[in-house]
Amino acid sequence: MNDKIGDICMNSVQISNVSMHFNTNKQKMNSLKEYFIGLIKRQVDYSKFIALNDISLNIEKGSVVGIVGLNGSGKSTLLKIIAGVLKPTKGKIIVTGVIAPLIELGAGFDMELTARENIYLNGAVLGFSKKMIQSKFEDIVDFSEVREFIDVPMKNYSSGMVARIAFAIATIVNPDILIVDEILSVGDFQFQKKCEDRISEMMKNNTTVIIVSHSIEQIERLCKRVIWIEKGILKMNDSTDIVCEAYKNS
Amino acid sequence: MKYYIQTFNKYLYLLFNLISKDFKIKYRRSILGILWSILNPVLMMVVITAVFLNLFKFEIDNFPIYYLTGSTIFSFFTDATTSSMTSIVGSGQIIKKIYIPKYIFPLQKCLFSFVNLFFSLIALVIMIIILKFEVTYTVILAPIPIIYILIFSLGISLILSSLTVFFRDIVHLYGVITTIWMYFTPIIYPENILSDSMLKLISFNPLYHYVGYFRDVVMYGKIPSLKVNIICIFFSIITLIIGSIIFKRTQDKFVLHI
Repeated sequence: MNDKIGDICMNSVQISNVSMHFNTNKQKMNSLKEYFIGLIKRQVDYSKFIALNDISLNIEKGSVVGIVGLNGSGKSTLLKIIAGVLKPTKGKIIVTGVIAPLIELGAGFDMELTARENIYLNGAVLGFSKKMIQSKFEDIVDFSEVREFIDVPMKNYSSGMVARIAFAIATIVNPDILIVDEILSVGDFQFQKKCEDRISEMMKNNTTVIIVSHSIEQIERLCKRVIWIEKGILKMNDSTDIVCEAYKNS
Repeated sequence: MKYYIQTFNKYLYLLFNLISKDFKIKYRRSILGILWSILNPVLMMVVITAVFLNLFKFEIDNFPIYYLTGSTIFSFFTDATTSSMTSIVGSGQIIKKIYIPKYIFPLQKCLFSFVNLFFSLIALVIMIIILKFEVTYTVILAPIPIIYILIFSLGISLILSSLTVFFRDIVHLYGVITTIWMYFTPIIYPENILSDSMLKLISFNPLYHYVGYFRDVVMYGKIPSLKVNIICIFFSIITLIIGSIIFKRTQDKFVLHI
């Protein structure tokens, strides 16, 4: 399943003229009553929120790219578009290869189930086959250090333990593209170190890594290129020193 | 098309996992566990039989079996569609975080109800044995109406699950609709009490045909005609096509509304 289609193509992610609009008024219209009232009133005025405005960029295969910007600048929206969760309102996006999205860890965990059951379930959510999860099961348990509690329902776990399992599952494959959104802030110091090591290991395997972080030091340490988004507009896309310098001074 | 089959295969294991999750969660906490799914229809049958035979004095041979065959099919339909209806909204946490083909969720709920249907069928078999009801060889055709109604339920589920994302009040309305629908399907009353005009109206009800088909092969030893088969297939396929179109057209907007 880990086809390296990306080898043929130079770019892992190709974003051309992508815009994302949220229709704030419509989103609140959740009931039939409101809908019909809207129809009768012929309510056409709605406020449009532009989360991303005409963004074009290429991310080369094997590169490590950081995305910086203030809260609400559209970073997560961009990542969600890359991950395929959101469809852009306008523009086109071409993604080559297998994506491991670490946007939010543990999507699809069911707290009533045990950790063992959740590993299989979450692995399936990420699109892994049964064989593959079985073969990597021991690795996941070792990495997350939860062996003694493996048959305990997850609702009894601490949030750090949940995060460790989630990270371990999401990174068992060597994906072509790894998307990391603020997740390195979970867990204790030791675990953060472990995660960073795992990510560095992937970088060596020619995985494209896209990191969103508010920690400028982390970005400076890991990335070669940085994209700065402000209010949905691509402000800078250059080497780490130049962008980080400008970002810090803004 | 090839692409669709590939992604479906990739997520087949997820589908299997989600159904087994539903199963584990449903039966984990109860002592009788799976037995409840068998016991429930039997208990309902006892109540309905007691009420309707004494109160309304319908003249139906083997009323318990008559009721059970009808209600098994009908409950499968309401069960599947009702649980599918909220499947997209309920899986918001996953849909917002990661890409998964979204039809997996209504399909999951339909198939889970399908698994439960087997327990109801066990109840039916048990009652047939206890009441010493004689079935003929036509009973081997029973899977056919079940397949028809599965496809029909899937179509309705696709429609409902996508509409519910945009209009949450459908959830409340649907309870009323299924009750009306039940009275428009001969489950607790015999067909012959209906007037001609009423019978005509009811023939537009797909469930009337599925229930009738099931009863024909299980109870009456009849092999349904080609015409009946065509009507059933027509309803199933049309509903599935409409459902798929509505779902496909709206699925990209789900994430903005959940």
